Amino acid sequence: MNKAALILSLLFAGAASADEKPIDAPALERFVVQDCGSCHGLTLKGGLGPDIRPQSLEHYDRETLASVVLDGVPGTAMPPWRPLLSEAEADWIATYLLTGDAE
Amino acid sequence: MKRLVLAAALALSGPAIAQPTGDLGLVVERASGSLLVVDQSERARLGRIEGLGDLSHASLVYSPDQRFAYVFGRDGGLTKVDILEQTVVNRVIQAGNSIGGAISDDGRLVAVSNYEPGGVRIFDADTLEMVADIPTESKTVGLVDIPGRRFVFTLWDAGETWIVDMSGDEADITKITGMGENPYDALVTGNGRTYITGLFGADHLTALDLWQDDPQPQPILDGYAKGREGLPVYKMPHLEGWALADGEFVLPAVGQREVLWVDARDLTETGRTATHGQPIFAIARPDGRQVWVNFAHPDNDTVQVIDTISKEVVHELHPGPGVLHMEFTPRGHEVWLSVRDAGKVIVYDTRTFEKLGEIDAESPSGIFFTARAHRTGL
Repeated sequence: MNKAALILSLLFAGAASADEKPIDAPALERFVVQDCGSCHGLTLKGGLGPDIRPQSLEHYDRETLASVVLDGVPGTAMPPWRPLLSEAEADWIATYLLTGDAE
Repeated sequence: MKRLVLAAALALSGPAIAQPTGDLGLVVERASGSLLVVDQSERARLGRIEGLGDLSHASLVYSPDQRFAYVFGRDGGLTKVDILEQTVVNRVIQAGNSIGGAISDDGRLVAVSNYEPGGVRIFDADTLEMVADIPTESKTVGLVDIPGRRFVFTLWDAGETWIVDMSGDEADITKITGMGENPYDALVTGNGRTYITGLFGADHLTALDLWQDDPQPQPILDGYAKGREGLPVYKMPHLEGWALADGEFVLPAVGQREVLWVDARDLTETGRTATHGQPIFAIARPDGRQVWVNFAHPDNDTVQVIDTISKEVVHELHPGPGVLHMEFTPRGHEVWLSVRDAGKVIVYDTRTFEKLGEIDAESPSGIFFTARAHRTGL
């Protein structure tokens, strides 16, 4: 995401409710692979961060996982992504991670 | 007679064998598990080596003759490639999840740093047979070679640094505790003396003087972020052997938009430079006159150039989305940048900042020129 897009997305997040921002599935999928992947590995099987493939996340429900994405895990290297993602986007990512599929 | 025949055979087979490699390099294509063989002077790709597995966060080192590279893949693969023949020579899956490696000063041993299972494994550089297995029960980071057939690495979970001496028949291990909480990476100077770990879990870095018989952890830049809110860290910085710029280290701050300057002799702070984003790599041009910095998401479309004397940002480039790595030509006249989401490696003149060329690549990440073969600690 470039700076202009970031500013736009922050503006949108402020001005409208999160679910009004359209979900860009290919962009979010790339975000998971590249940006989650920088700690969890490109294939999500783990790195400095743990394995986050579906079978490793079974004990999470979608809401909890989305809140981990948004707010991070204090005391660990998992950062809060709320400055960069809307709640709807975090929800999409949680579903994607739990099912290995966006649909 | 026999000798004559041999000489004739050598002469005939000469040109192919004698092809020089000093001007070549490799570019990691992280998503497709391949490497591009590139020519520095031609600013061109010569070919592609495929079949290396998961190369996200991959790095590599070179044999002393600069013909072979040892590639450390995320999937635990250790692959030896021949850059002249552009082929995979040998490949072993040595662990479940790895993060970088190093080659000994004599070129005989290759060490790999592993997350899963945590530890370091050391291999014969010719055969890739394992010669030492060093479990740590911790993820290992910051693995480097130092003179005397030794390796140094650090434990993310335990906050220890281990020195492994491979000069004898068996691995001789020295453990240094109290390095600090969650070291994420480390660097060593080209003379093998100063080893510095960056810490994720503490507000300082830790240095070791490896020339001492009994190296002691020395906190440096203590409290560099004190009183300031830490930003979310979306990507851990890297520490590189290229951090030394004219007698000072330049180091990325964690959770801050700045780089930190440290006197290389007494390890005291000498300055700070505010930057565009949270720095990932801060790399000195080989002459030390400039430092180039790239940034974490969402600022990773930008690169800044800092003048070493004034410590001010003197130039800003916008090469494209996802600038992951920077590699200088050995004498620093040009720099190559990998721009992941543009699918390009872009070459710049480091004095005029003019773009000199670009090379198509699939999701390029690390760029490694063969001159690295002759540097300690890369």
